[in-house]
Amino acid sequence: MAVVEAPAPALPSARRFAFRFRPSRVLLNAVLAAIGLFWLVPTVSIAIISFRPEGLFQTSGWWMVFSAPAQLTLENYKSLFSQGLVAGGLLDSLITSIEITIPATFLVTVISSLAAYSLVFGRWRGRTAAFLVIVGLMVVPIQIALLPVVQLYRAFGSVTGFNPYGTIEGVVIFHVAFGLPFGIFLMRNFYTGIPNELVEAGRIDGAGEWLLFRRLIVPLGMPAVASLAIFQFIWVWNDLLVALVFLGGYPHFPLTIYLYDQTRTLAANYWIIATGAMVSIIVPLIVFFSFQRYFVRGILAGAVK
Amino acid sequence: MTVVDAHVGAAVPATSVLPGERRSWRRHAWSLAFIVPAAVWLGVVVIYPVFATIRYSLFDESDTTFVGLSNYKSLFTTDSLLTAFRNNVIWVIIFPFFVTLFGLIFAVLTERIKWSTAFKTIIVMPVVFSTTASALVWSSIFDINPHVGAVNAAVQAVSDWFNPPGAYPISQSAGQSVASLASAGVRSGPGGSLVSTATVTPGHTVKLGLTGISPTTLQVLGAKRALVPTASAGTITGLVWRDFSPAHPLSRTKVYPDEVGLPDLHLTLTGTNGSSVASTTSNGNGRFTFTNVPKGTYHVSIDSSNFASGYTGLFWLGTQSLTPTSSLSQTAQALLSVPLVDFAMITAYLWIWSGFAMVLLGAGLAALDREVLEAAKIDGATEWQSFRRVTVPLLAPVITVIFVTMIINVLKVFDIILNMAPGSSQEGANTLALAIYNTGFTGGIHTGLASAIAVILFVLVVPAMAWNLKKLKGAKNS
Repeated sequence: MAVVEAPAPALPSARRFAFRFRPSRVLLNAVLAAIGLFWLVPTVSIAIISFRPEGLFQTSGWWMVFSAPAQLTLENYKSLFSQGLVAGGLLDSLITSIEITIPATFLVTVISSLAAYSLVFGRWRGRTAAFLVIVGLMVVPIQIALLPVVQLYRAFGSVTGFNPYGTIEGVVIFHVAFGLPFGIFLMRNFYTGIPNELVEAGRIDGAGEWLLFRRLIVPLGMPAVASLAIFQFIWVWNDLLVALVFLGGYPHFPLTIYLYDQTRTLAANYWIIATGAMVSIIVPLIVFFSFQRYFVRGILAGAVK
Repeated sequence: MTVVDAHVGAAVPATSVLPGERRSWRRHAWSLAFIVPAAVWLGVVVIYPVFATIRYSLFDESDTTFVGLSNYKSLFTTDSLLTAFRNNVIWVIIFPFFVTLFGLIFAVLTERIKWSTAFKTIIVMPVVFSTTASALVWSSIFDINPHVGAVNAAVQAVSDWFNPPGAYPISQSAGQSVASLASAGVRSGPGGSLVSTATVTPGHTVKLGLTGISPTTLQVLGAKRALVPTASAGTITGLVWRDFSPAHPLSRTKVYPDEVGLPDLHLTLTGTNGSSVASTTSNGNGRFTFTNVPKGTYHVSIDSSNFASGYTGLFWLGTQSLTPTSSLSQTAQALLSVPLVDFAMITAYLWIWSGFAMVLLGAGLAALDREVLEAAKIDGATEWQSFRRVTVPLLAPVITVIFVTMIINVLKVFDIILNMAPGSSQEGANTLALAIYNTGFTGGIHTGLASAIAVILFVLVVPAMAWNLKKLKGAKNS
C-alpha cells in the first residue's frame, strides 16, 4: 500500500530494496528452488507410485522411475475403477464424498448468508451479543459434540422413525453445524463493508427483506460466498473423524475412510492407497487452482481480519 | 452511485412515516427469521452437546451411574492418557514455533524472487490435501525399507558411501551371526571374519563350506555351480561354496553337483602369525586362486567386510524414546519419553501447514509500511538487522495470531496420528483427540471417560481461542 502512495522517487528505491540481498540472488534462487523441489517430493512420489505397477513397490523405490519411465501405467486406476459402484470401492467412495460435501457446503453458505444478513441489516436487539456467541462457538472442538449428537440422532430416530446416525444426512447435519460459526463470521465481516444505505433505500422503495437479501446482498456477497464455499468444501472433503463416527455401519463411505481402511488391512497394498490418495487429492486441487484467489482471501479473512 | 441515490431516496418518503412503521415489525420478524436456521442448528448440534458432554463426563462408562469427578481422576492417573497429554505437550512446544518460522522465512524470501507465485503455490498446495492422504504419503516416505522410504534410502546412500555393505550382509539385529555360517573347513576368525580350520601350503587346494546364505542373495550375485579347482604348483587354490544340497539336505562337507559356489567373496591369505600375505576374490563358481605364494603354511580367511550389513533402515515411525527413560517406571516413561514417531509426524505436519502460515505472513508483509524499512536501510541497517529489528516487530500481531491458531490446531491433532503412526506406535503416539475417539467410539466404549477428555480438550482450547479473538477484534478496531 505504502509503495503505491509514496511519491514517484520511492518506486525505484523500493525495487532496489527488493533485489538487494547480501548472499547473491543466484544463491537465494537456488535455495528456494531446492525448498520448492523438496516440497514437491511427497506429492510427486504418491503420483508416481500410483502410476507404477503394484509389484514394484516393495523392491524398488519410486525414484527409480527416473531411470525407467516406461514403467508408468494406468493399470492401478483401471483396476480400481473397473470395480464400478461396489459399496466400499474407490468409485463408490468418490461418489459418497461428493454426496456429503456438496450439500454440506451449500447449506453452510446459504444459512450463514441468511444469518449474517440478519446480524448486519436486521433491526432486532442483541445482534452484537448474538454475533459474539456465534464467534465464541468457533472455539468448540468437534470432539466435544460427537457423543451427544450420536445420542441425539438415536433419540430423534426413536421419535420420528428416521435415525440420522449411520446416514449421509447425519454426517451433513454435523458438518453444517460446525461450519456455521466460521461461515457466519466470514459473511458478517464481509456484509459490514456493504453500505447500510443500500439496504435502507431498498426498504423505502418497498422491497421485502427476502427480496433485498436475494437480489441485493447475495449478489454483492458473492466473493465472500466463494471463499466460504471453498473452505467448507475442502474442510468437509478432507474430514475423517466425523465420517468415521457418524457413518458407523453404513455401507458407503467417503475417500478418507477408504484410505484409512486400506491402512488397517495388511500392508503390501500401497498401490491402492497411492491411487486412492491421488483421487482424493485431485478434487481439492482442482478447486484450489480454479479459485486460488478466493481461497487465499478466505485464509486471510479467517485469521487476520 | 447507488449510495447517493439512497440518500436522496431517504429524504423523500420521510413524511410518510406511518406505512413504513406499520411494516417495521414485519421487517423485524423477517430479519429475525433469517437467523433462526443458524440458531436452531447451532443450538442443537453445538451448544447443547457441550453441556451434555460435561454431564456425561460425570457419569460412568455406560452413562448410568453418577460417579462425580472420578473420570477426571482416572484421566490423570492412567498411563496411556498421560502419554496422550505428553504428546500434546511435545506437539505444542515444537510445531507452532517451526511452522511460524518456516512461514516467516518463506514469506520474506519469496518477496525477493521473480517466480514467487509458483513457489507460493507449491508450498500452499498441501494445505488443501486431506491430512489422511498426506499422512499416508509421509508414512511411505519414512518407511523402514530403504526400497520404499525415501528418507531411509537417502541415509543409506550416504552411509554406503562411507561404509559399504558386503555381498553377504548379516543382520545382527535379526539374531544372525557370522560364526553360524561356518559349515565345512572354516571356523570363526578374528574381528567377525571366518578362517580355514586347516592350514594350507602352496600347490594344494582348500574347500570352505558355508550355510545359511539366502537363495535371493545368490541369485542377485549370479552364483553358478560349485566347482572344485585343481591344484597347481606355487599357487593356493580353493572353493567357497554353499554347503547345502537340496538333493542331500542332511549331508555336509561333500561338494554335490547341485550345490553352488559363492561369488564375490573377499578372501585373504594369512601367514601363521596372522599377517596377511595376499588377497583375492572368488568367481562365479566360488573358485579362488592365490598365485606365486612363497613356501610356508597359511590360512585362508573370509574377510569380515563380506558380511557387513551396512545401513538397513531406521524405524522412524517407532516409539523409541529420544530421552533416556527406559529404566524409569511406567508412569515416568509415559510422562517423559519423547518418541521418534512424534518428530516424523511433526515433519509431515510442517509440510502441510507451512503454506498457511506463509500466506498470512505474506499478506502481513505486503501491508507493512515500506518507508520504515527504507528508512532503516538508509540509516545503514543490514538486511538481517532490518529483518530482526523492523520487520519482525511490525509483524508481531500476525505472528502471534498464527502461533496461537497453530497451538489450537495441534491440541486437536487427530488424523495424522491415526493414519501415520503404524499400529505398533499408535499407543505411544496417542493424543487427547485420538484418545477421545478410541475411548468413546472403538472397542470397550467408555462414554464418561471420553467425555472427560473432551471437556479437558475444550478447556485447553478456550483460552487460546479467546485470546486470538480478542487480538483479532483489537486489530479490527484499530
